[in-house]
Amino acid sequence: MKNVIEVKQLNKSYEKFNAIHDTSFALQANKIYGLLGRNGAGKTTLMKMITAQIFPTSGDLKVFGEGPYENANVLSQICFIKESQKYPDHYNILDALDVSKSIFPNWDVNFSRSLIKDFNLPLKRRIKKLSRGMLSAVGIVIGLASRAPLTIFDEPYLGLDAVSRGLFYDRLMEDYVEHPRTVILSTHLIDEVSSLLEHILVMDNGKLIIDQDAEELRGKAFTVTGQASKVEAFLIGKETVHREPFGGLLSATVIHSENGSDQKQATASGLEISPVSLQQLVVHLTSGRSEQKEVNTK
Amino acid sequence: MKNLIDDGRPIFVQIAERIEDDIIEGGLPEEAQVPSTNQFAAFYKINPATAAKGVNLLVDEGILYKKRGIGMFVAGGARTKVIEKRKEQFFDEYVVTMIREAEKLGITADQLMDMIQRGDNKR
Repeated sequence: MKNVIEVKQLNKSYEKFNAIHDTSFALQANKIYGLLGRNGAGKTTLMKMITAQIFPTSGDLKVFGEGPYENANVLSQICFIKESQKYPDHYNILDALDVSKSIFPNWDVNFSRSLIKDFNLPLKRRIKKLSRGMLSAVGIVIGLASRAPLTIFDEPYLGLDAVSRGLFYDRLMEDYVEHPRTVILSTHLIDEVSSLLEHILVMDNGKLIIDQDAEELRGKAFTVTGQASKVEAFLIGKETVHREPFGGLLSATVIHSENGSDQKQATASGLEISPVSLQQLVVHLTSGRSEQKEVNTK
Repeated sequence: MKNLIDDGRPIFVQIAERIEDDIIEGGLPEEAQVPSTNQFAAFYKINPATAAKGVNLLVDEGILYKKRGIGMFVAGGARTKVIEKRKEQFFDEYVVTMIREAEKLGITADQLMDMIQRGDNKR
Protein backbone atom coordinates (compact mmCIF):
# COMPACT_ATOMS: atom_id res chain seq x y z
CA MET A 1 0.00 0.00 0.00
CA LYS A 2 1.14 3.54 -0.68
CA ASN A 3 2.55 5.49 2.22
CA VAL A 4 0.98 8.86 2.86
CA ILE A 5 3.59 9.98 5.34
CA GLU A 6 7.16 8.77 5.68
CA VAL A 7 9.28 10.04 8.51
CA LYS A 8 12.90 9.00 9.01
CA GLN A 9 15.01 9.91 12.03
CA LEU A 10 13.17 13.13 12.50
CA ASN A 11 14.44 15.53 15.14
CA LYS A 12 13.17 18.86 16.36
CA SER A 13 15.03 20.74 19.05
CA TYR A 14 14.47 24.12 20.60
CA GLU A 15 17.74 25.34 22.16
CA LYS A 16 18.55 22.44 24.44
CA PHE A 17 15.09 20.89 24.48
CA ASN A 18 14.47 17.91 22.21
CA ALA A 19 10.80 18.12 21.26
CA ILE A 20 11.08 15.20 18.81
CA HIS A 21 13.84 12.70 19.10
CA ASP A 22 14.95 10.33 16.31
CA THR A 23 11.43 9.45 15.25
CA SER A 24 10.72 7.18 12.27
CA PHE A 25 7.41 5.82 11.02
CA ALA A 26 5.25 5.45 7.94
CA LEU A 27 1.48 5.99 7.62
CA GLN A 28 -0.47 4.09 4.99
CA ALA A 29 -3.24 5.50 2.86
CA ASN A 30 -6.86 5.32 4.00
CA LYS A 31 -6.35 4.22 7.58
CA ILE A 32 -7.51 5.97 10.75
CA TYR A 33 -4.57 6.60 13.05
CA GLY A 34 -4.63 7.54 16.71
CA LEU A 35 -1.76 9.76 17.83
CA LEU A 36 -1.70 9.45 21.60
CA GLY A 37 0.47 10.63 24.43
CA ARG A 38 0.58 13.08 27.31
CA ASN A 39 0.72 16.84 27.01
CA GLY A 40 4.19 17.89 25.90
CA ALA A 41 4.99 14.48 24.47
CA GLY A 42 5.59 16.02 21.03
CA LYS A 43 2.33 15.22 19.25
CA THR A 44 1.53 18.75 18.12
CA THR A 45 5.15 19.44 17.13
CA LEU A 46 5.03 16.34 14.95
CA MET A 47 1.75 17.37 13.31
CA LYS A 48 3.06 20.88 12.69
CA MET A 49 6.06 19.44 10.86
CA ILE A 50 3.87 17.15 8.78
CA THR A 51 1.73 20.12 7.80
CA ALA A 52 4.79 22.27 7.05
CA GLN A 53 4.16 24.83 9.77
CA ILE A 54 7.55 24.35 11.38
CA PHE A 55 10.86 22.94 10.11
CA PRO A 56 12.52 19.81 11.46
CA THR A 57 16.02 20.25 12.90
CA SER A 58 17.15 17.15 11.06
CA GLY A 59 15.81 14.03 9.43
CA ASP A 60 13.66 13.18 6.46
CA LEU A 61 9.95 13.94 6.08
CA LYS A 62 7.84 13.04 3.06
CA VAL A 63 4.11 13.64 2.69
CA PHE A 64 2.44 12.10 -0.37
CA GLY A 65 5.98 11.26 -1.48
CA GLU A 66 7.24 14.85 -1.44
CA GLY A 67 8.65 17.41 0.95
CA PRO A 68 5.68 19.41 2.27
CA TYR A 69 7.39 22.82 2.58
CA GLU A 70 5.88 25.43 0.28
CA ASN A 71 4.57 22.57 -1.80
CA ALA A 72 1.05 23.38 -2.93
CA ASN A 73 0.70 19.91 -4.39
CA VAL A 74 1.00 18.38 -0.97
CA LEU A 75 -0.62 21.06 1.15
CA SER A 76 -3.83 21.14 -0.90
CA GLN A 77 -4.36 17.52 0.11
CA ILE A 78 -4.03 18.20 3.85
CA CYS A 79 -6.62 19.53 6.27
CA PHE A 80 -5.27 20.24 9.75
CA ILE A 81 -7.81 21.09 12.45
CA LYS A 82 -6.08 22.51 15.48
CA GLU A 83 -7.31 22.80 19.02
CA SER A 84 -7.34 26.59 18.84
CA GLN A 85 -8.02 27.41 15.21
CA LYS A 86 -7.81 31.14 14.49
CA TYR A 87 -10.10 32.93 12.04
CA PRO A 88 -10.11 36.58 10.89
CA ASP A 89 -12.07 38.76 13.32
CA HIS A 90 -14.86 39.78 10.98
CA TYR A 91 -15.60 36.22 9.72
CA ASN A 92 -18.89 34.54 10.36
CA ILE A 93 -19.33 30.77 10.02
CA LEU A 94 -20.49 31.07 6.42
CA ASP A 95 -17.29 32.98 5.51
CA ALA A 96 -15.19 30.23 7.09
CA LEU A 97 -17.04 27.60 5.07
CA ASP A 98 -16.69 29.60 1.82
CA VAL A 99 -12.96 29.98 2.30
CA SER A 100 -12.64 26.27 3.09
CA LYS A 101 -14.54 25.48 -0.09
CA SER A 102 -11.96 27.39 -2.11
CA ILE A 103 -9.02 25.72 -0.32
CA PHE A 104 -10.04 22.06 -0.37
CA PRO A 105 -10.56 20.44 -3.78
CA ASN A 106 -12.80 17.67 -2.36
CA TRP A 107 -15.04 20.02 -0.36
CA ASP A 108 -18.65 18.79 -0.22
CA VAL A 109 -21.11 21.67 0.17
CA ASN A 110 -24.11 19.48 0.97
CA PHE A 111 -22.21 17.53 3.57
CA SER A 112 -21.00 20.75 5.21
CA ARG A 113 -24.58 22.08 5.35
CA SER A 114 -25.93 18.90 6.92
CA LEU A 115 -23.13 18.97 9.50
CA ILE A 116 -23.94 22.60 10.31
CA LYS A 117 -27.51 21.48 11.05
CA ASP A 118 -26.34 18.47 13.07
CA PHE A 119 -24.23 20.68 15.32
CA ASN A 120 -26.84 23.46 15.47
CA LEU A 121 -24.43 26.11 14.29
CA PRO A 122 -25.70 29.65 13.48
CA LEU A 123 -24.31 30.35 10.00
CA LYS A 124 -24.46 34.13 10.25
CA ARG A 125 -22.93 34.48 13.68
CA ARG A 126 -19.45 35.95 13.90
CA ILE A 127 -16.84 33.42 14.86
CA LYS A 128 -15.56 35.78 17.56
CA LYS A 129 -18.94 35.51 19.29
CA LEU A 130 -19.14 31.71 19.30
CA SER A 131 -18.88 29.64 22.44
CA ARG A 132 -15.86 27.40 22.87
CA GLY A 133 -17.86 24.31 21.96
CA MET A 134 -19.34 25.94 18.84
CA LEU A 135 -15.87 27.00 17.74
CA SER A 136 -14.70 23.42 18.06
CA ALA A 137 -17.75 22.25 16.11
CA VAL A 138 -16.87 24.64 13.26
CA GLY A 139 -13.43 23.02 13.09
CA ILE A 140 -14.99 19.58 13.02
CA VAL A 141 -17.40 20.55 10.22
CA ILE A 142 -14.50 21.91 8.14
CA GLY A 143 -12.32 18.88 8.87
CA LEU A 144 -15.03 16.44 7.83
CA ALA A 145 -16.44 18.31 4.82
CA SER A 146 -12.94 18.94 3.43
CA ARG A 147 -12.63 15.21 2.69
CA ALA A 148 -8.90 15.92 2.44
CA PRO A 149 -6.84 12.82 1.59
CA LEU A 150 -4.93 13.54 4.82
CA THR A 151 -7.15 14.94 7.55
CA ILE A 152 -5.60 15.69 10.94
CA PHE A 153 -7.61 16.48 14.07
CA ASP A 154 -5.53 17.77 16.97
CA GLU A 155 -7.74 17.62 20.08
CA PRO A 156 -10.70 19.00 18.16
CA TYR A 157 -13.26 18.65 20.92
CA LEU A 158 -12.46 21.40 23.46
CA GLY A 159 -15.73 22.59 25.04
CA LEU A 160 -17.80 20.03 23.15
CA ASP A 161 -20.28 18.04 25.23
CA ALA A 162 -20.48 14.26 25.09
CA VAL A 163 -23.45 14.31 22.69
CA SER A 164 -21.61 16.49 20.17
CA ARG A 165 -18.45 14.40 20.48
CA GLY A 166 -20.52 11.30 19.78
CA LEU A 167 -21.98 13.05 16.76
CA PHE A 168 -18.46 13.82 15.54
CA TYR A 169 -17.38 10.17 15.82
CA ASP A 170 -20.57 8.95 14.12
CA ARG A 171 -20.30 11.34 11.18
CA LEU A 172 -16.58 10.65 10.82
CA MET A 173 -17.17 6.91 10.61
CA GLU A 174 -20.16 7.17 8.25
CA ASP A 175 -18.28 9.43 5.87
CA TYR A 176 -15.02 7.50 6.13
CA VAL A 177 -16.77 4.31 5.04
CA GLU A 178 -18.10 6.10 1.94
CA HIS A 179 -14.98 8.16 1.26
CA PRO A 180 -11.93 6.45 2.73
CA ARG A 181 -9.02 8.76 3.53
CA THR A 182 -6.13 8.97 5.91
CA VAL A 183 -7.15 10.41 9.25
CA ILE A 184 -4.97 11.24 12.23
CA LEU A 185 -6.82 11.78 15.50
CA SER A 186 -4.75 13.21 18.30
CA THR A 187 -6.66 12.92 21.53
CA HIS A 188 -6.63 12.30 25.26
CA LEU A 189 -10.10 10.76 25.22
CA ILE A 190 -8.75 7.38 24.19
CA ASP A 191 -11.70 5.36 25.49
CA GLU A 192 -14.09 7.37 23.31
CA VAL A 193 -12.28 6.93 20.01
CA SER A 194 -10.47 3.67 20.57
CA SER A 195 -12.81 1.50 18.52
CA LEU A 196 -12.55 3.85 15.52
CA LEU A 197 -8.79 3.53 15.27
CA GLU A 198 -7.01 1.07 13.05
CA HIS A 199 -3.47 1.89 14.08
CA ILE A 200 -1.96 3.53 17.15
CA LEU A 201 1.05 5.79 17.57
CA VAL A 202 2.06 6.71 21.11
CA MET A 203 4.55 9.50 21.80
CA ASP A 204 6.33 9.86 25.10
CA ASN A 205 8.96 12.50 25.84
CA GLY A 206 9.55 13.23 22.17
CA LYS A 207 9.95 9.58 21.23
CA LEU A 208 7.64 7.22 19.45
CA ILE A 209 7.19 4.32 21.89
CA ILE A 210 4.35 2.47 20.16
CA ASP A 211 3.61 2.09 16.44
CA GLN A 212 1.20 -0.80 16.22
CA ASP A 213 -2.08 -2.15 14.92
CA ALA A 214 -4.87 -1.21 17.36
CA GLU A 215 -6.20 -4.75 17.56
CA GLU A 216 -2.81 -6.20 18.44
CA LEU A 217 -2.43 -3.57 21.10
CA ARG A 218 -5.85 -4.30 22.62
CA GLY A 219 -4.86 -7.86 23.44
CA LYS A 220 -1.35 -6.91 24.43
CA ALA A 221 -1.61 -6.58 28.19
CA PHE A 222 -3.64 -7.94 31.07
CA THR A 223 -3.84 -7.33 34.79
CA VAL A 224 -3.38 -10.01 37.42
CA THR A 225 -4.53 -9.56 40.99
CA GLY A 226 -3.99 -11.78 44.00
CA GLN A 227 -1.85 -12.37 47.07
CA ALA A 228 1.30 -10.31 46.73
CA SER A 229 3.65 -13.29 47.04
CA LYS A 230 1.80 -15.27 44.39
CA VAL A 231 1.71 -12.29 42.03
CA GLU A 232 5.42 -11.63 42.56
CA ALA A 233 6.18 -15.26 41.72
CA PHE A 234 4.10 -14.97 38.57
CA LEU A 235 5.84 -11.78 37.49
CA ILE A 236 9.31 -13.33 37.34
CA GLY A 237 10.61 -13.15 33.79
CA LYS A 238 7.64 -11.09 32.59
CA GLU A 239 7.42 -7.55 31.34
CA THR A 240 5.55 -5.57 33.97
CA VAL A 241 4.27 -2.11 33.05
CA HIS A 242 2.41 -1.25 36.21
CA ARG A 243 2.03 -2.50 39.76
CA GLU A 244 -0.31 -1.41 42.51
CA PRO A 245 -0.21 -2.92 46.01
CA PHE A 246 -3.37 -2.92 48.08
CA GLY A 247 -3.13 -4.38 51.57
CA GLY A 248 -1.78 -7.90 51.16
CA LEU A 249 -2.81 -7.89 47.54
CA LEU A 250 -0.91 -6.89 44.47
CA SER A 251 -2.32 -5.89 41.13
CA ALA A 252 0.10 -5.92 38.22
CA THR A 253 -0.25 -5.21 34.52
CA VAL A 254 1.93 -7.35 32.29
CA ILE A 255 2.59 -7.61 28.58
CA HIS A 256 1.53 -10.92 27.03
CA SER A 257 4.33 -13.34 26.36
CA GLU A 258 4.87 -14.62 22.83
CA ASN A 259 3.45 -18.08 23.39
CA GLY A 260 0.29 -16.79 25.07
CA SER A 261 0.24 -19.39 27.84
CA ASP A 262 0.71 -16.82 30.59
CA GLN A 263 -3.00 -16.27 31.26
CA LYS A 264 -3.50 -19.97 31.89
CA GLN A 265 -0.46 -19.93 34.16
CA ALA A 266 -2.01 -17.04 36.10
CA THR A 267 -5.39 -18.73 36.54
CA ALA A 268 -3.63 -21.95 37.53
CA SER A 269 -1.87 -20.13 40.36
CA GLY A 270 -5.20 -18.72 41.51
CA LEU A 271 -4.74 -15.17 40.27
CA GLU A 272 -7.59 -13.08 38.98
CA ILE A 273 -7.25 -11.81 35.43
CA SER A 274 -8.79 -8.67 34.07
CA PRO A 275 -8.50 -7.02 30.66
CA VAL A 276 -6.62 -3.78 30.12
CA SER A 277 -8.20 -1.13 27.94
CA LEU A 278 -6.16 0.75 25.38
CA GLN A 279 -6.49 3.86 27.52
CA GLN A 280 -5.18 2.10 30.63
CA LEU A 281 -2.30 0.60 28.68
CA VAL A 282 -1.29 3.96 27.24
CA VAL A 283 -1.56 5.59 30.67
CA HIS A 284 0.66 2.91 32.19
CA LEU A 285 3.21 3.15 29.40
CA THR A 286 3.47 6.91 29.56
CA SER A 287 3.06 7.55 33.28
CA GLY A 288 6.81 7.61 33.87
CA ARG A 289 6.59 5.02 36.59
CA SER A 290 6.75 1.95 34.41
CA GLU A 291 9.72 -0.30 34.85
CA GLN A 292 10.26 -0.75 31.18
CA LYS A 293 8.98 1.91 28.89
CA GLU A 294 10.18 0.77 25.52
CA VAL A 295 7.67 -1.79 24.40
CA ASN A 296 8.87 -4.42 22.06
CA THR A 297 6.48 -4.09 19.15
CA LYS A 298 8.18 -6.70 17.01
CA MET B 1 -27.91 -2.32 27.52
CA LYS B 2 -24.60 -3.92 28.24
CA ASN B 3 -21.58 -2.34 26.59
CA LEU B 4 -21.53 -3.46 23.00
CA ILE B 5 -17.79 -3.51 22.73
CA ASP B 6 -15.30 -3.81 25.55
CA ASP B 7 -11.94 -2.28 24.98
CA GLY B 8 -9.74 -4.78 26.78
CA ARG B 9 -10.01 -7.47 24.12
CA PRO B 10 -9.45 -7.39 20.38
CA ILE B 11 -12.64 -6.03 18.81
CA PHE B 12 -12.53 -8.36 15.81
CA VAL B 13 -12.85 -11.31 18.20
CA GLN B 14 -15.90 -9.66 19.79
CA ILE B 15 -17.47 -9.09 16.38
CA ALA B 16 -16.93 -12.75 15.53
CA GLU B 17 -18.55 -13.74 18.85
CA ARG B 18 -21.57 -11.51 18.12
CA ILE B 19 -22.10 -13.20 14.79
CA GLU B 20 -21.69 -16.61 16.44
CA ASP B 21 -24.28 -15.67 19.10
CA ASP B 22 -26.67 -14.70 16.35
CA ILE B 23 -26.10 -18.01 14.60
CA ILE B 24 -26.69 -19.97 17.82
CA GLU B 25 -29.84 -18.06 18.72
CA GLY B 26 -31.26 -18.40 15.23
CA GLY B 27 -31.13 -14.73 14.22
CA LEU B 28 -28.80 -15.77 11.43
CA PRO B 29 -29.96 -19.14 10.06
CA GLU B 30 -27.86 -21.11 7.61
CA GLU B 31 -27.58 -19.50 4.18
CA ALA B 32 -28.68 -16.13 5.60
CA GLN B 33 -26.71 -13.08 4.53
CA VAL B 34 -24.50 -11.49 7.18
CA PRO B 35 -24.47 -7.65 7.40
CA SER B 36 -21.71 -5.99 5.41
CA THR B 37 -18.47 -4.79 6.93
CA ASN B 38 -19.63 -1.21 6.56
CA GLN B 39 -22.91 -1.98 8.31
CA PHE B 40 -21.00 -3.50 11.22
CA ALA B 41 -18.72 -0.47 11.28
CA ALA B 42 -21.64 1.96 11.37
CA PHE B 43 -23.65 0.02 13.96
CA TYR B 44 -20.89 -0.73 16.45
CA LYS B 45 -18.90 2.47 15.69
CA ILE B 46 -15.83 0.51 14.85
CA ASN B 47 -13.25 0.72 12.13
CA PRO B 48 -14.40 -1.16 9.01
CA ALA B 49 -10.99 -2.87 8.76
CA THR B 50 -11.58 -4.30 12.23
CA ALA B 51 -15.08 -5.50 11.31
CA ALA B 52 -13.67 -7.17 8.19
CA LYS B 53 -11.09 -8.96 10.33
CA GLY B 54 -13.84 -10.39 12.55
CA VAL B 55 -15.88 -11.59 9.58
CA ASN B 56 -12.81 -13.12 7.94
CA LEU B 57 -12.01 -15.02 11.12
CA LEU B 58 -15.31 -16.87 10.72
CA VAL B 59 -14.70 -17.40 7.02
CA ASP B 60 -11.39 -19.08 7.91
CA GLU B 61 -13.23 -21.35 10.33
CA GLY B 62 -15.77 -22.31 7.69
CA ILE B 63 -18.66 -20.72 9.60
CA LEU B 64 -19.27 -18.04 6.96
CA TYR B 65 -18.59 -18.13 3.27
CA LYS B 66 -18.23 -15.50 0.62
CA LYS B 67 -20.37 -15.18 -2.48
CA ARG B 68 -18.40 -13.13 -4.91
CA GLY B 69 -19.83 -9.69 -5.46
CA ILE B 70 -22.80 -10.34 -3.19
CA GLY B 71 -21.55 -10.68 0.36
CA MET B 72 -21.05 -13.04 3.28
CA PHE B 73 -23.40 -15.91 4.13
CA VAL B 74 -23.80 -18.43 6.94
CA ALA B 75 -22.40 -21.80 5.88
CA GLY B 76 -24.28 -25.09 6.13
CA GLY B 77 -23.57 -26.82 9.45
CA ALA B 78 -22.37 -23.53 10.94
CA ARG B 79 -24.60 -23.75 13.99
CA THR B 80 -23.34 -27.19 15.05
CA LYS B 81 -19.78 -26.05 14.51
CA VAL B 82 -20.23 -22.92 16.64
CA ILE B 83 -21.96 -24.83 19.43
CA GLU B 84 -19.15 -27.42 19.59
CA LYS B 85 -16.60 -24.62 19.81
CA ARG B 86 -18.61 -22.87 22.52
CA LYS B 87 -18.90 -26.02 24.60
CA GLU B 88 -15.14 -26.18 24.89
CA GLN B 89 -15.02 -22.51 25.84
CA PHE B 90 -17.79 -23.12 28.36
CA PHE B 91 -15.67 -25.73 30.09
CA ASP B 92 -12.62 -23.44 30.29
CA GLU B 93 -14.43 -20.27 31.21
CA TYR B 94 -17.19 -21.49 33.53
CA VAL B 95 -16.53 -25.00 34.79
CA VAL B 96 -12.85 -24.60 35.59
CA THR B 97 -13.46 -21.19 37.15
CA MET B 98 -16.37 -22.53 39.21
CA ILE B 99 -14.35 -25.45 40.56
CA ARG B 100 -11.52 -23.16 41.55
CA GLU B 101 -13.87 -20.79 43.40
CA ALA B 102 -15.50 -23.80 45.09
CA GLU B 103 -12.11 -25.01 46.32
CA LYS B 104 -11.40 -21.58 47.74
CA LEU B 105 -14.66 -21.72 49.73
CA GLY B 106 -14.12 -25.32 50.85
CA ILE B 107 -17.08 -26.67 48.87
CA THR B 108 -16.66 -30.40 48.22
CA ALA B 109 -17.33 -32.04 44.89
CA ASP B 110 -20.53 -33.60 46.28
CA GLN B 111 -21.81 -30.30 47.58
CA LEU B 112 -21.03 -28.73 44.22
CA MET B 113 -23.02 -31.40 42.36
CA ASP B 114 -25.83 -30.78 44.80
CA MET B 115 -25.78 -27.08 44.08
CA ILE B 116 -25.85 -27.68 40.32
CA GLN B 117 -28.89 -29.92 40.85
CA ARG B 118 -30.62 -27.22 42.87
CA GLY B 119 -29.80 -24.60 40.25
CA ASP B 120 -31.21 -26.82 37.57
CA ASN B 121 -34.49 -27.31 39.51
CA LYS B 122 -34.95 -23.56 39.74
CA ARG B 123 -35.00 -23.07 36.00
